[in-house]
Amino acid sequence: MGKSEKKRTLIQILAAVVCNGYAAGFLQGKIYQGDQKFLCVPGLNCYSCPGALGACPIGALQAVLGDRRYKFTYYVFGVLLFFSVVLGRLVCGFLCPFGLVQDLLHKIPLPKWELPRKIDRPLRYLKYVILAVTVVLLPLTLTNAFGIAPPYFCEYLCPVGALEGGIPLVSQSESLRQMIGGLFYWKMFLLVLVVIASLVIYRPFCKYLCPLGAFYGLFQRVGFYQMEVDRAKCDGCGRCEKTCPMQVDVRKNINGAECIRCGRCKDVCHTSAISSGFRLGPGKAEPKGSMAKEKNIV
Amino acid sequence: MHNTDIRGYFKYPLLILSMIFIFVGLLRQEHLVVLKKAVNICLECIGVG
Repeated sequence: MGKSEKKRTLIQILAAVVCNGYAAGFLQGKIYQGDQKFLCVPGLNCYSCPGALGACPIGALQAVLGDRRYKFTYYVFGVLLFFSVVLGRLVCGFLCPFGLVQDLLHKIPLPKWELPRKIDRPLRYLKYVILAVTVVLLPLTLTNAFGIAPPYFCEYLCPVGALEGGIPLVSQSESLRQMIGGLFYWKMFLLVLVVIASLVIYRPFCKYLCPLGAFYGLFQRVGFYQMEVDRAKCDGCGRCEKTCPMQVDVRKNINGAECIRCGRCKDVCHTSAISSGFRLGPGKAEPKGSMAKEKNIV
Repeated sequence: MHNTDIRGYFKYPLLILSMIFIFVGLLRQEHLVVLKKAVNICLECIGVG
């Protein structure tokens, strides 16, 4: 593990601890109930995790949209837009606790796979469908007799709630254990599936399923945090693309929606052509086509 | 000499818009819905709802 990868892991651990700093919750099997819990954390972190000090932005979005008094949420969309513009998917690479879980699982030495490109590319759009349908449309349209909708994504698809909330709370509460039914087993099945997939595929949940990453990715090109490839320095060796765990076309599309800003491409670039950081002004226009083609290397 | 990417100018209006949205949301008391959801165990989220 490189020096910057170690640094990233440390930041991820620190972020996970800060987001879930209510230690008493884990010991007593209850959740934090402070008045500031309306504040959303940047990553996907279940607010029913005993340690959670803030709200999950995706859970918050469904909670307001599913409330009969509101058909739009300025507050949660504002928070999501704020994180998107300031950080983008830097959140996924550095601040998301479930990203850390998947990263750690992938470090276990087992054979690693990448899905074939013709399966991988269409599957990447699934997270946008999940965002649009289960997080926005269903809570707005499929309500009960009182005009209230359940959090469809959290209830049926999110493995984070099962891991961070379900396991610690159910293991400490007899009354919750008595309520276990098919839904709990379904969520455990999904969690096990994501865990097994994470052992061999890098961040499968982030690549294909996460609605939060999908939202952050939409604004990646216009955000403050940008990466750049210096065309004058790049010799088109392609190490960046071979190293990228998210299979980003680094030289063509370094600020595309799939990059989680892990910085591995930057680490392996032997000509130091890749840079990253917060840009206050406009960035440099990205070239048309790949640099390798322009330099007649490929 | 590099061309500048005009998309780079969008970030400031978007940042201001996000802050206006948060402010409007707070005025509409949307945060209280989030708070109510966040301080109670979400049974659906943990899989027993």
